[in-house]
Amino acid sequence: MNSVGVVTPQRVAFDAPIALRGGTTLPGFELVYETYGELNAEGSNAVLVCHALSGSHHVAGVYAGQPNSVGWWDNLVGPGKPLDTNRFFVVGVNNLGGCYGSTGPMSINPATGQPYGADFPVVTVEDWVAVQARLADHLGIGCWAAVIGGSLGGMQALEWTLQFPDRIRHALVIASAPKLSAQNIAFNELARQAILSDPDFHGGHYYAHGTVPVRGLRLARMVGHITYLSDDQMAEKFGRELKNGTLSYGYDTDFQIESYLRYQGDKFTTYFDANTYLITTKALDYFDPARDYGGDLQAALARAKASFFVASFTTDWRFAPERSREIVYALMHNGRDVSYAEIDCSAGHDSFLLDDAHYHAVVGAYLDRIET
Amino acid sequence: MTEIFGRFDFDVIARWIAPGERVLDLGCGDGSLLKFLTAEKGIRGYGVDNAPENVLAAIRNGVNVLQFDLEKGLAGVDDDAFDHVIMSLSLQTVRHTVPLVQEMLRVGHEAVVSFPNFGHRSHREAIAKGRMPVSEALPYQWYDSPNVRFFTIADFEALCTDNGIEVREGLFFDEGRAVVDDPNLNADVALYRLGRG
Repeated sequence: MNSVGVVTPQRVAFDAPIALRGGTTLPGFELVYETYGELNAEGSNAVLVCHALSGSHHVAGVYAGQPNSVGWWDNLVGPGKPLDTNRFFVVGVNNLGGCYGSTGPMSINPATGQPYGADFPVVTVEDWVAVQARLADHLGIGCWAAVIGGSLGGMQALEWTLQFPDRIRHALVIASAPKLSAQNIAFNELARQAILSDPDFHGGHYYAHGTVPVRGLRLARMVGHITYLSDDQMAEKFGRELKNGTLSYGYDTDFQIESYLRYQGDKFTTYFDANTYLITTKALDYFDPARDYGGDLQAALARAKASFFVASFTTDWRFAPERSREIVYALMHNGRDVSYAEIDCSAGHDSFLLDDAHYHAVVGAYLDRIET
Repeated sequence: MTEIFGRFDFDVIARWIAPGERVLDLGCGDGSLLKFLTAEKGIRGYGVDNAPENVLAAIRNGVNVLQFDLEKGLAGVDDDAFDHVIMSLSLQTVRHTVPLVQEMLRVGHEAVVSFPNFGHRSHREAIAKGRMPVSEALPYQWYDSPNVRFFTIADFEALCTDNGIEVREGLFFDEGRAVVDDPNLNADVALYRLGRG
């Protein structure tokens, strides 16, 4: 009813080369994006939605004839929703290195005529934001009213305030962190090792071998899912419930949680690319704006000019509330406008994707304050 | 809890705040005081509250609000970050009274504290009749009160003396009218400016 309805992705090619943080230069690239709502005459009502690890440009609405193709943040974005497309012009973009149509490991490398595969460079959050700025130029958006994202998407919103302080008025940083902890990196490394050690990976050139590292990618997703949920929610959702009512005394799926993880892992391998997974976890690991300031986050955030909304979830142990508070304290130190909500939600890190009434109320209340 | 007293409390506090100051308002509720001080004094600041409904209301009121648990202190906030740290009618709702007042004077040059006076005549009369007081200043039944500390003006001044906290100014009111004579008996609300001793 309050959906943006049927949407169509768009594609834009950028011919100018882009120098990446890792030292390589891409000769050019393409981005796939979607927009919802109308850009006003002043260009002052544009909101960029940044996606997390497995997200895409398809933020809201559905594709024609595919009723199940609902966008990943459809509960937040639409007419009358917290991110109201009656007021805002909302942009979703698939990041560089992605596997949903933007230039990435599956794209043809113009130098070889073959898919990039493992030769696609590792990209960073900084690179993504630089690329998103080119999309903003293309769309005629000089300054975003807001950039919003959860998890890795929140890191991009934060990076926007540092790389382009004059091109963003508000940053909404949700269930995020100023950098990964050693434990976060450890989980990412486990996921990467699962993929890298799969015999079907072929050093990343599996497209050429006609294989897919399904087992590795599946395992990576299973590890990820464990970290997205809270202990309480897993207990509530699955407990020790048995799949077939009886113990097998073997290695088949006895418990519902095993079945759930296998299902999620299998499903993921049907639509996500292993090389993109590797790149994206590295982008997560590398993000650390304080690194160039001797680890001083306060100094790193000094150049931000935007107003901030920061939110965390009480049961999120992957990006726990104290990680969000680090951002808040550093912003306070710099005298920036910031509001912070610590939302009581049982669903762990995944809470940011859910339709929790209070969560959506505070996000909506903050967005309502933004002048367009 | 500022809504109980409305603007009267605000006006007194506003007199103590200089234009353009940096202000931290602990237990900010719906952010009305910050909004008032922003409009009247052009202050820049943040409210702190741990109740989800207050955080939502303060965001709607257009002020900066931070959902922190005051019982855990303000460890992430820099020394001397604020000109004034305010606690308007909220001190009685926190358990760690002394550490919190000390935190206020660490992060702020001066603290402003207001609280309901448990020693007010009407409260003493209620106790004398054998019942816990319920009044405009203490509008709760004993079993549903958010207040966890019950103290008088005399108690608070003793706390300041014992902990090296300088009382720079005290103003006392009864139903909004200034009280000079024996405030511990006659005032239902006290407001203080406090400094490092």
